[in-house]
Amino acid sequence: MMLRIKRVPTVVSNYQKEEAEEDRVGGCGRNCLRSCCIPGSKLPLYAYKKLDKVACAKGLPQHESGEAPIAFLDSLVLGQWEDRVQRGLFRYDVTACETKVIPGRYGFVAQLNEGRHLKKRPTEFRVDKVLQPFDENKFNFTKVGQEEVLFQFEASEDGDIQFFPSAPIDAENSPSVVAINVSPIEYGHVLLIPRILDCLPQRIDRESFLLALHMAAEAGNPYFRLGYNSLGAFATINHLHFQAYFLAVPFPIEKAPTKKVTTLDGGVKISELVNYPVRGLVLEGGNTMEHLSYAVSDACICLQDNNIPYNVLIADCGNRIFLLPQCYAEKQALGEVSAELLDTQVNPAVWEISGHMVLKRKKDYEEASEENAWRLLAEVSLSEERFQEVTALIFEAIASADNGSKDLNEEQEAKPEATDEVKAINNSSHPAIVAGTQECLVLQ
Amino acid sequence: MESQLGLIEQSLNSSYSLWVREALDEIPDNFTITDPCICGHPIVFVSRGFLKMTGYSKNEVIGKNGRVFQGPKTCRRSVMEVREAVREERAIQLNLLNYRKDGRPFWMLFHMCPVFSKEDGRVINFIAVQVPLSRKARRSGSVFCRNGVILSGEGSMINDVVYGSCRKEVRSDSLLELGPVLALDSALDSDVTELEIEEPCEASDLDKIRAASAINRVLSVLTHYSESTGRLVCGKRCYLSALGLLSSSLTISLGRIKQSFVLTDPHLPDMPIVYASDAFLKLTGYSGQEVLGHNCRFLNGEDTDSSTLYQIEESIKMEQACTVRILNYRKDKSSFWNSLHISPVRNASGKIAYFVGVHMEESCNDQGGRGLSPEMRQLSTVGAVKIAVRSSSMGAGSSKS
Repeated sequence: MMLRIKRVPTVVSNYQKEEAEEDRVGGCGRNCLRSCCIPGSKLPLYAYKKLDKVACAKGLPQHESGEAPIAFLDSLVLGQWEDRVQRGLFRYDVTACETKVIPGRYGFVAQLNEGRHLKKRPTEFRVDKVLQPFDENKFNFTKVGQEEVLFQFEASEDGDIQFFPSAPIDAENSPSVVAINVSPIEYGHVLLIPRILDCLPQRIDRESFLLALHMAAEAGNPYFRLGYNSLGAFATINHLHFQAYFLAVPFPIEKAPTKKVTTLDGGVKISELVNYPVRGLVLEGGNTMEHLSYAVSDACICLQDNNIPYNVLIADCGNRIFLLPQCYAEKQALGEVSAELLDTQVNPAVWEISGHMVLKRKKDYEEASEENAWRLLAEVSLSEERFQEVTALIFEAIASADNGSKDLNEEQEAKPEATDEVKAINNSSHPAIVAGTQECLVLQ
Repeated sequence: MESQLGLIEQSLNSSYSLWVREALDEIPDNFTITDPCICGHPIVFVSRGFLKMTGYSKNEVIGKNGRVFQGPKTCRRSVMEVREAVREERAIQLNLLNYRKDGRPFWMLFHMCPVFSKEDGRVINFIAVQVPLSRKARRSGSVFCRNGVILSGEGSMINDVVYGSCRKEVRSDSLLELGPVLALDSALDSDVTELEIEEPCEASDLDKIRAASAINRVLSVLTHYSESTGRLVCGKRCYLSALGLLSSSLTISLGRIKQSFVLTDPHLPDMPIVYASDAFLKLTGYSGQEVLGHNCRFLNGEDTDSSTLYQIEESIKMEQACTVRILNYRKDKSSFWNSLHISPVRNASGKIAYFVGVHMEESCNDQGGRGLSPEMRQLSTVGAVKIAVRSSSMGAGSSKS
């Protein structure tokens, strides 16, 4: 059996046509990022300094000393984005969309966005395969116009931040680029597309995740977060990309209490979200940025290899990463999601899971409440039992990849203890959630 | 342009006179004073006790942001709580893991509070007191931490830290609705014997009192010395009287944007300036009081091109952005070519709330931009203002009062 859901795909580029119109062959003439248009083309280039966070391991604030006083990347994204606003490249003005913090303890954020999904017919998406091969015939980011690309983003050769307002596109080296999302859900909504010309499918690898982490660290703005949706967890384009935007309020998921599970050899602390509707892991710390990055990407690789859909939120300038396996699309395909929830047409991807709910109907916006948000997100979460299974898989994968194999035993010993404890906690808490969910299923 | 160090040096002197340092030096506690008005929110004063506790020298600390003392095992969630408290200009008390210069981590009770200007209610400084915590045996009935979740030993109350506030009233009522945390208390029953450094240690009531009284000592010195400069400060926010045109959270967010710009309110008669950045005041030579409440036309003079003014008017009428080159005049009557960009700015309801005018003197275009063109910097200011206005008007229902 193949699981599919129907949903309206998000239009991220002005060159993203209905699939039927897509097959235009030959001289393209729209200044895209394929071999037809690249020769002679130039784009700004931002080269980031490879942070040496090793010093942090000893608690020395080395990373601070070299920090640029002006948040350069931050300004670059803002300036370039506003430039595209004034050039009229977006489908709507996202700052004209009403938004509010929903009263309640967590401060869920609701936005009414009636325009984002108009003009599109629902398309079928296969949701039971997290890894699917890249399909040249479908829309991908090499087809966007160059005017939608803000800049190239790469590691600096000489270890210093560098910026070139106009640099040739080196097709041989397949640059990573930052492009606008023409259907933004907040100001500054961009896509980071690692090695765009390599046409990688939506699938995390160590190098690409590290790139995303660098972008979060370089921007240095805790309100500029990056997110990732796997296939089956509401990614609509099977071309490797991360998203990011500015929202200057804390996200509910960032406020959720956590409970430490273990600390890896490389200093990465792994905690579990407690008292949040979606079960998930929080990874932070690490002796170097690489330690943290590899721990997260190894966990992601484990999830995708095991065909478990997931979302990732990179918060706090790359210092805190939330990893959220989910099963909503699967439930949806199996007909297990209530009609009321489906009617809202909210696709619970990384932003929604983090507590930023983009609503399509005025009614839902006006009635938005912490309970409603909680109820939707509770459907997204794995069950406690499944979550513990998945967590066990992840720990196994990370532990075997963790460089210091000497602590492997310790790691494995620590794990069951933690798991038992979590179970003990949730044995008593879980029924409360379930009861609440069922009771609340009647939408006002 | 004044150097960062110059600004830091002046920060205390201008508010509290030269003599304040001596008085502060006599306070035995571990504390720092920061200035949120300076880019990067640096430390402008550090006590001897603090230096002794952390092993740093004074020069290594002054000018740094407080986060330099954090390290890999510092709880990021606590860091966020501190950041939100700074943003919302409120006091906060929590346990935090900091690092000494030699890299050794230590737990301390961190108590921070804002110092307000009596005149206009702006935050002048933050005082941050640190009381080092020693690891003691668990005492029943007191606040206790386990695995990053901080719980109270007494039934179902969540410690202040979890929900990021020092206010007692939020504690008791909030928990019962959301069952799962209750269960955590039972997890505590299985006794905890092994404590790692990551596991927060407890702050006793005595520690808390010690922190609060240190804050009071510093505050009273600052209050006293602010009388000598006439720039009175206090520990409680006074109402924004003269400058009460914007919400304080918006004023704070705008204060972080270092470019020269003004916000004008199209809904008020004659579209007056409701916010002017420090860089704008510096560029034009006026004081805040002289420009707030006035229409921008005071910048114009006899050689200002009226067709350019017409163009600006039309754009505002059409609610569109525009960029012009206009001859403007400073307070001292000297003129300059102003590369002016004007754009509508919407609030969280999606309505146009303000117009932002980003002013840039043409000859100064090369300063500090490190390769970003003046146009780009101008647009990035517009973007930053749009985000500030939108975010600060979203209404905060959550953990704030």
